[in-house]
Amino acid sequence: MTAATSLPVQRAAGGLRSVFLSVVERDLVLALRRRSDVLTTFFFFIIVVSLFPLGVGPEPDTLRTIAPGVVWVAALLASMLALARLFAGDYADGTLEQLALSPQPLLVLALGKILAHWLVTGVPLVLIAPVLGLQFDLPVQALLVMTLGLLLGTPVLSMIGAVGAALTLGVRGAGGLLALLVLPLYIPVLIFGAGAVSASAAGMSVNGHLSLLGAFFLIALVFAPWATATAIRIALE
Amino acid sequence: MAFRIWRFAAPQVFYPIAGKMIPWFMAVAAVLAALGLYIGFFVAPTDFQQGEAYRIIFIHVPAAWMSMFIYLVMAFWCAVGLVLNTRLSFMMALALAPTGALMTFIALWTGSLWGRPTWGTWWVWDARLTSELILLFLYIGFLSLHAAIDDVRRADKAASLLALVGAVNVPIIYFSVQWWNTLHQGASVSLTRAPSMATTMLAGMLLMALAAWAYSIAASFMRVRSIILERESDADWVRNLSEVKSP
Amino acid sequence: MIWGSASEFFAMGGYALYVWGSYAVTSVVLAAELWLLARRRRTLLARLGRSLNAARNPSQ
Repeated sequence: MTAATSLPVQRAAGGLRSVFLSVVERDLVLALRRRSDVLTTFFFFIIVVSLFPLGVGPEPDTLRTIAPGVVWVAALLASMLALARLFAGDYADGTLEQLALSPQPLLVLALGKILAHWLVTGVPLVLIAPVLGLQFDLPVQALLVMTLGLLLGTPVLSMIGAVGAALTLGVRGAGGLLALLVLPLYIPVLIFGAGAVSASAAGMSVNGHLSLLGAFFLIALVFAPWATATAIRIALE
Repeated sequence: MAFRIWRFAAPQVFYPIAGKMIPWFMAVAAVLAALGLYIGFFVAPTDFQQGEAYRIIFIHVPAAWMSMFIYLVMAFWCAVGLVLNTRLSFMMALALAPTGALMTFIALWTGSLWGRPTWGTWWVWDARLTSELILLFLYIGFLSLHAAIDDVRRADKAASLLALVGAVNVPIIYFSVQWWNTLHQGASVSLTRAPSMATTMLAGMLLMALAAWAYSIAASFMRVRSIILERESDADWVRNLSEVKSP
Repeated sequence: MIWGSASEFFAMGGYALYVWGSYAVTSVVLAAELWLLARRRRTLLARLGRSLNAARNPSQ
């Protein structure tokens, strides 16, 4: 991939990178056509976060304490909600089968879909979370840590979730089952993501937390696409 | 010589062998449990700090150990099944899961009852109990996924992949929870015994652990035999079994 | 022998509820597991026996 080669030529050559990009592009276009799906996840996140003060009381100290956990749990739940649509559409209309049969490695194609999914559902969460954090009177430093943590963490949620989504394709009660399967696996991300925000709010170092989130990201990147591809093949058998 | 072991991968061969081994394992479990409980209740001294409440340890720790061990064995058979495509491996994994889940439940229940007099609350968010809770979710997830998929082959494979993903995650989850626990509550809140445990206490615990191991084997062998009968019910060898011909 | 009397043993230094509660639930759970396994096998064998009979004697 030299700088001299222009994108259309790369695409026409049909290389791995171009196929990856076309998968991402296609999913983005499809998602933007069904904007309501995207917005539902976004508003779900906002609503869940806003429910907690109503349930717990407006006392600022309490809210500041629970804020990191609340925002992160809401992000987990919203992320999980969005997962149901990751492969279901393509599974129903046979596109997934075509992707599995293509000469390109399925794990790359799966990663493309996951990336598109994250761009559409994860990134909005990352962007709105600090605003919501303001409602809980978190200091600016903590809000930055929250944003960075979610930036690292939401892709991990998408990647781990993709495995669950692939495993439950076309299964009865897939939504609830997916939650049961995937939420326990989210726990380390939750612990260190929320922990980082709490530490920052308390004036302590967040290097350890963010490093671990980074490590989870890399581990997920290495294993999740492969596991997702395997799960897709199992579902298609 | 090494290839003779493949014989046991056939359900038809494994079924009668497992059947003969069950009573032996149950007997071993009973004897070890009797010894362990005797030592636990009549030899091991009263604990200085916790009084008699600590005697729950003779169930709690073996159950917790078994819950984790069974998950590993289950994940092992899942991996074997996925790689070698052997039917019996998947059946064995499926047979182990309920026993593992029950061990996890026992660990949680006894952990809670131990925590109440010791720490004053019915639930303690210590690293081990919290990890046990998550392990229970993993077991339930495995069984739920398997039950939700109608096609048995697909169910076996999907649940096996899930078990492997879970197995990789369990250490990560455990260390995350342990870190979280020490950060928030300090190292004082832990149901782990202090390193200086009386030898008799340790002996009782180990005997109970071995008893739990023997019991788990017996129970899962019983279950796998039923699974074999269910899945292979059309086979001639099943129809010719004495217990089927004259129940 | 650590226990002065049987009642001391059952009292468990005041922790009877917790200790015996643990052992009782454990026994119940394990007994239930074994009973359920036995029942599963019984039902299975009965069903297999019936279908075998029906195959052998289609007129009945």
